[in-house]
Amino acid sequence: MNPSMKAAPVKKPFFTPGAIILCVIVLLAAIYSVFRFLYGIGYITNLTNMYPWGIWKAVLVAATIPLAAGGFTTAALVHIFYGKKYHDIVRSALLVAMLGYTFAGAMVMYDMGRWYNIWRPIFWWNGNSALFEVAICVMSYLTVLVIEFLPIVIERFQKNVNLKGFLSTFKKPIEMLLNLLDRILSPTLSLFIILGVVISCLHQSSLGVVMVVAGQKVHPLWQSPVLPILFLISAISVGFPMVIIETIISTRIFGIEPKMHILSKLGQIAGLILGFYLACKITDMAIRGTYVYLTELNVFSIMYIIEILFGVVAPIYIFLRKKLVTSTSWIFTAAILTALGILLNRLNTFLVGYRPFYDVPVYYPSLGEVFVSLGFFALIFLLYRAFVMIFPVITQPVEN
Amino acid sequence: MKQSRRDFFKAAGLLGAGITGLKTKDAHAGSHNILSEDRVGVLVDTTVCIGCRKCEYACKTAHDLPTEPIETYDDRSVFKKMRRNDENALTVVNEYENPKNANSPIDVKVQCMHCDYPACVSACVVGALTKAENGSVIYDPSICMGCRYCMVVCPFQGLAYEYLSPLTPKVMKCDLCFDRTKEGKIPACVEICPMEALTYGKRSDLLKLAHKRIKENPEKYIDHVYGEFEVGGTSWLYLANKEFASLDLPDLNTDPVPKISETIQHGVFKYFIPPISLYALLGGIMWLNKKKDENEESQEGEIK
Repeated sequence: MNPSMKAAPVKKPFFTPGAIILCVIVLLAAIYSVFRFLYGIGYITNLTNMYPWGIWKAVLVAATIPLAAGGFTTAALVHIFYGKKYHDIVRSALLVAMLGYTFAGAMVMYDMGRWYNIWRPIFWWNGNSALFEVAICVMSYLTVLVIEFLPIVIERFQKNVNLKGFLSTFKKPIEMLLNLLDRILSPTLSLFIILGVVISCLHQSSLGVVMVVAGQKVHPLWQSPVLPILFLISAISVGFPMVIIETIISTRIFGIEPKMHILSKLGQIAGLILGFYLACKITDMAIRGTYVYLTELNVFSIMYIIEILFGVVAPIYIFLRKKLVTSTSWIFTAAILTALGILLNRLNTFLVGYRPFYDVPVYYPSLGEVFVSLGFFALIFLLYRAFVMIFPVITQPVEN
Repeated sequence: MKQSRRDFFKAAGLLGAGITGLKTKDAHAGSHNILSEDRVGVLVDTTVCIGCRKCEYACKTAHDLPTEPIETYDDRSVFKKMRRNDENALTVVNEYENPKNANSPIDVKVQCMHCDYPACVSACVVGALTKAENGSVIYDPSICMGCRYCMVVCPFQGLAYEYLSPLTPKVMKCDLCFDRTKEGKIPACVEICPMEALTYGKRSDLLKLAHKRIKENPEKYIDHVYGEFEVGGTSWLYLANKEFASLDLPDLNTDPVPKISETIQHGVFKYFIPPISLYALLGGIMWLNKKKDENEESQEGEIK
């Protein structure tokens, strides 16, 4: 590793034109939110008794969780499999995972009729419920992510608590706290890292069980008893592509060269995992004979084919081509396709493939739902930007 | 397509059991599920129902829901469009063409079916929905989080939601008049029915009665009691003179809806063995890699 390369806070102005547009979107979402909390969920959504879950659940919860899988896959790669050369990407992946999970949790709450009861699963257990397991795992994983992120906070502030005026009295206790945390975390962090990987595997797969209970209401192209396995493998497969996206975008924004030799390697691994995922999907399809539905031309078959061709087959092709995987734009395209493919898969499983047995109008998201969703994503971007400016997350050349 | 949707469960049962190494008998719906032999139900004879909708009125009155005066329920124009039970009407009646006699259409009352193995009870994250010993599936709004997972999994769309309540929205569903039956009364809809199209009683007795009617009038009924075996059995049972699927009572298979998911969930968490072994495995890999890494470093040091 180049000794002058080090993770450090990024020194750039926060407000650029792009960031301002994101702020506007967040503001719009905030306006909709006022109505949501004053007049109820029904006021700004198209949800009905037939379609109780819309894009908030299908995209912002069910898809954000696998898209935040970069956190646990890189943690496993670097800390468990000792892929030391990938060390530079751990912090960024961790931050994205932490933000992603925080927002998935916040979105669950936003979508809940009685949001103030979100803590209930801690004490009211129903072990039969897949969603209960997801809830508990997301809560505990978020805790683990915060613990994993603490060393970065400690590194930033340990010898650098900068409080002025009347706040300076807190300087000593905060320093002591940081030192104490450092002493506890340094030797035990590995335990938490393994725990994070285990919890991730559990809830990424349980997320697949969530729709298994809906049984015949989910179209056979997506409904499968092996959904938990497919969800787990696809979450693992999208982990590195997400890291590739994060790295390329953030290095672009902050004007740093992306380390292509690391990204290409990650892309190749992702290609292999995606290949395995595709094989599982095809085997599942062959065993259950669901290919018969591909001969019917309808929204289900079209969405399924788009999902597989663009979200799985195309990225595999790019990732496994030596010529393409070393090109920044190609690898970026492949990573984006993978992420969109997983997003589409969750959307299909939770929403497109979901049909009640009665002849009722199909759900389409309302403007309110769309803007709130965009607002949530915009807020993640803005917070990521703020975090990399405050904490040493991005590896960059540092002047000594 | 229907056939394959049914087959899904067969394949699913096998695969599910394969994954977890569990027999499906381990699966049971809901942590508080007590299937009493004496559980009650209601038999709906759709050949008798005249679509007077008095049951809709009685239900609203019994559940303190706002209602128009009883005379307005004579309006038959509502039958033009299929209606479903919602947050303001826990039960509704729909009308369908009668192939045997065009002058007497078929009227079908719908509401929560009170499954023997309710998917909603199995799915509810916090256990706000429970299957009571008398067979009613009841809801406790005080612990509900409002995630609406129950509504996603219900095959009958028996639950409705107060989407426009900002702070204390409730899931609204038929509770088989749980409070009334506790006091020894019969459900409000059954009580008001002028045609005795609804019969309240022990589910086992109702099944006997239903089969007796079919046997005595084979020309009047099709030989199928809807709800006897559908999704493992329901408390509400239906008799009709034509296929139930054409009356918007969906064609469902006989396995309890939550069977596969519960088998998977219980398998993964059996004594926490799978998560703990994964933890141990990953810990082992980490330790081995660490040793290897240290060796390499010390060798590099020697070379230098």
